[in-house]
Amino acid sequence: MFTVLLAIGILVALSLVFGALLGYANVRFRVEGDPIVDQIDALLPQTQCGQCGHPGCRPYAEAIANGEAINHCPPGGQATIQALADLLDVEAIPLDGDHGTETAKRVAVIREDECIGCTKCIQACPVDAILGAAKQMHTVIADECTGCDLCVDPCPVDCIDMVEIGVTAKTWSWDKPQGIAATSLNIIATDRQTEVAH
Amino acid sequence: MQATKIYSFHGGIHPEENKAQSLRLPLGRPSLPSELILPLGQHIGQSSRPLVKVGDKVLKGETIAINNGFLSSFLHASTSGTISAIEERLIAHPSGLSDLCIILAPDGQDTWTTLEPLNDWQTLSKTDVLAYLSEMGIVGMGGAGFPTQVKLQGAHKKPLSHFIINAAECEPYITADDMLMREKALELILGIEILQHLVEADKVVIGIEDNKPAAIDALTSMIKQRDSKVQVAVVPTKYPSGGEKQLIQLLTGKEVPSGQHPADIGILCHNVGTCVAVYDAITFGKPLISRFTTLTGDALKAPQNVEVLLGTPVSHLLEYADSEPKKLSRLIMGGPMMGFTLNSAAVPIVKTSNCILAASKKELPPPAPEQACIRCGMCEQACPASLLPQQLLWFSKSQEFEKAEHHNLFDCIECGACSYVCPSSIPLVQYYRHSKSSIREAREATVKSDLAKQRFEARKARQDAEAAEKEAKRLARQKATPSKAAEKKKAAPAKAAPTVAAAPAATDESKKLKVDLAIGKSKLKKLQKQLLEAQENEHLEEISNLQLQVTEQEKAVALLEEQLAKTAEAAPTAAEAKVPKPAPAPVNDDIKKAKIDLAIAKAAVKKVEKALKKAEEIQAPEIEAIRQQLKEAQQRADELENALVNPATTIPKTETTAQAAPSSVDADMTKKRKIDLAIAKAGVKKAEKNIQLLKEQGKNESEIEASEWPKKLIEAQEKLAVLEAEDTTDTVAKSQAKAEPEMDLANQIKKEKIAVALAKAQINKLNKRLESAPEDADKINQDIAATEQRLQRAEALLATLIHSQTNTQENR
Repeated sequence: MFTVLLAIGILVALSLVFGALLGYANVRFRVEGDPIVDQIDALLPQTQCGQCGHPGCRPYAEAIANGEAINHCPPGGQATIQALADLLDVEAIPLDGDHGTETAKRVAVIREDECIGCTKCIQACPVDAILGAAKQMHTVIADECTGCDLCVDPCPVDCIDMVEIGVTAKTWSWDKPQGIAATSLNIIATDRQTEVAH
Repeated sequence: MQATKIYSFHGGIHPEENKAQSLRLPLGRPSLPSELILPLGQHIGQSSRPLVKVGDKVLKGETIAINNGFLSSFLHASTSGTISAIEERLIAHPSGLSDLCIILAPDGQDTWTTLEPLNDWQTLSKTDVLAYLSEMGIVGMGGAGFPTQVKLQGAHKKPLSHFIINAAECEPYITADDMLMREKALELILGIEILQHLVEADKVVIGIEDNKPAAIDALTSMIKQRDSKVQVAVVPTKYPSGGEKQLIQLLTGKEVPSGQHPADIGILCHNVGTCVAVYDAITFGKPLISRFTTLTGDALKAPQNVEVLLGTPVSHLLEYADSEPKKLSRLIMGGPMMGFTLNSAAVPIVKTSNCILAASKKELPPPAPEQACIRCGMCEQACPASLLPQQLLWFSKSQEFEKAEHHNLFDCIECGACSYVCPSSIPLVQYYRHSKSSIREAREATVKSDLAKQRFEARKARQDAEAAEKEAKRLARQKATPSKAAEKKKAAPAKAAPTVAAAPAATDESKKLKVDLAIGKSKLKKLQKQLLEAQENEHLEEISNLQLQVTEQEKAVALLEEQLAKTAEAAPTAAEAKVPKPAPAPVNDDIKKAKIDLAIAKAAVKKVEKALKKAEEIQAPEIEAIRQQLKEAQQRADELENALVNPATTIPKTETTAQAAPSSVDADMTKKRKIDLAIAKAGVKKAEKNIQLLKEQGKNESEIEASEWPKKLIEAQEKLAVLEAEDTTDTVAKSQAKAEPEMDLANQIKKEKIAVALAKAQINKLNKRLESAPEDADKINQDIAATEQRLQRAEALLATLIHSQTNTQENR
């Protein structure tokens, strides 16, 4: 009987000790903010274009954390969807066409002689990439432009073009090789799986 | 002199050397091509900035582009001539893309610019010497084109134990460095001494493969002759012993740690070509404008080494080396292992082009089709960087770049040894290159997106601060205005009482209310604008906040309007009771005001409808709120319309009660007319006076006529006549209640008739003058035209006057 009581006593004491420890750890090592939202946000392209229907990338990251589909981000494209799928351990689904299609990287370019200096695009730019003042010609800082399109609509004289960033010798990257050639699949007799009947 | 101990490195291969072909002929010097193409990006780092314009004449060795930042280089004219263009041209790059190039049309003179050698390099500070080297456009000529001064600066991080001169030239076919050492052994040793002075290493070693006996002999004898401390270390031939890290390992036994540079372990490595270029620059002041290049391959009848000017098109060299286009199947810049295929022979030789390999089909057959990896492990045996090529291949194929990085993908020197030994002909290096560039791209994208995020957040913080400030101001104003409004509310009923005394007070009150209303409306407008903006920018918190504010403001405005309507109503009734005359005016004002309000309200309705449509399109959650707004706005518009119709019906009444009133309105008009009349009279007088003055000065009539005054006089007279006519007709009509308007009309008709006659007379006169003085014909003709115009005007006026006279007579 004593041993049973002793065992119970020890277990109770242990559980109290560990409970206290866990409680302390919960307070002491509390993680501020929502780490998963941060991680999702880090994968999003930060164009702040709002094509996903949220006012910026972080709100969309929060929405994803709350269960929204991961395929609402056209600027990120399939690569971002894949990265999100890997992070959240869900299936990578194709991009939702309702939110737009994946396009090549673009920057806004203002046709400067047509600009009337209304500052509307400056107010629309989510990353402050447009330079100018009222009644002064505006220009886009190409390096800062995320290609979000948000400046195009407000322009009263339609002098903003979205120009694709072409590949230069500096930005060019090697293609992926084609992989195992179709002809080499037939080299080894036992590899030939088709046309066995012949 | 004790021979240096030679260590060894892991892996490596022994491909066929094929070096003999290009060494049969002596060093060649091709003729000047018809144009030199000088790309601005011949080195690692930022492209140079052109210093010249199209059409500029330049001399050989003149600077034509300067460095653009720290990691950049200068560029010089390879010969004298004219800059014919600065444009995009195909460049020597694996992508086969174009880049900005300076095109130089040689004049054939090959005139050197004034050279300024750095004779006192031994006494000058090292920084100055480095700056000089940078201005001479010297970059690493081994392959990457790393700006030499940057590399030398980096070498000062740590005291150097070894200064290694890379003369290994391990890649098959290439013999440019071999030829350079044979031809310019002295220059090489002197160049090494200059560099040794700059870096002060403990040991200076030339690493050279044992397949270049002639070069080794030349160097050792030169070293003996000069009694130099430079050592020659002969390493066994094995590819890729010429790789920087591999050569360091061979000569020192030290391995450069992953992700670090040789300078981090106290070693500096330079190519032989670079050393010679440094010597030429310092001793003769010659910038880097030419280099040794191997022309080789089965498709060339005369394979050889050439000293070629930078910018020479490859096609020119192929011609020089007697190429056979039929045999040529692949044109490669660099060696067969690490070089890249050129799609066009129009590309120029740049600072890093060490070989042009014009290979026949037999020599370099197209790569065999890739087969499945059989996990033989030969690639691992061959890898000089001790990597696991097979693992890297899996990760590259499956795009698992993170894992590839963990397996030190970036330590791969892309030597191609693994691909060379692969029995399945897998182009391993291509996979690695693809992975590397993908990873680099992703890194750049991350950097960019981080920056965008930063900027977005900074903007948001700024906007929030602005909004908070506005909100604070609004609250402060709100505190001030409600107390005022309350006061007025209290005062309004008392003052609106239809007592006689209240009338002026009521107008005062309405004035105040109007001002408040205007302020309130402008505030409302501002808020609506903000709201719209917020909706456009989709700032959720702001939208709800602003919506609240807008509804509040709308209420306040509605309240004010109500009050105003009350006071306005009170005012006319009070006025009607006692003073019927001025009553119509405020009513009119009110109607006007009501109309404006109605217009504004309608505009607001439209705006809200638009917003609703937009919201419906994007399926925004605030649709309901906007619908509510729309309803409110429509209601307001309807109310206003009603209000407008009601007072409008009351107007006729007031007008009938105050029939005599128009005179008071007309009084203003009369005043104005009188003023106009006075001005016109003054104008006539002035003109007359001036004419008088001219006459007194003894000028004859034609001169007076030529001056502008008579014209002015006539114009002023006409104006005066019109005004007087109007004045008299009006006053007569008003005061005598349409007694005898035809009298005045008759007067005016008389006057007009006179004017017509006058004009006709003048035309006659002018015609006469035209006959007498044909030399002034132009001017007189002009005058005639002007007078005729005046005549027509006067006649028209006369006709209308007569018409009105007959009308009035008929009415009678």
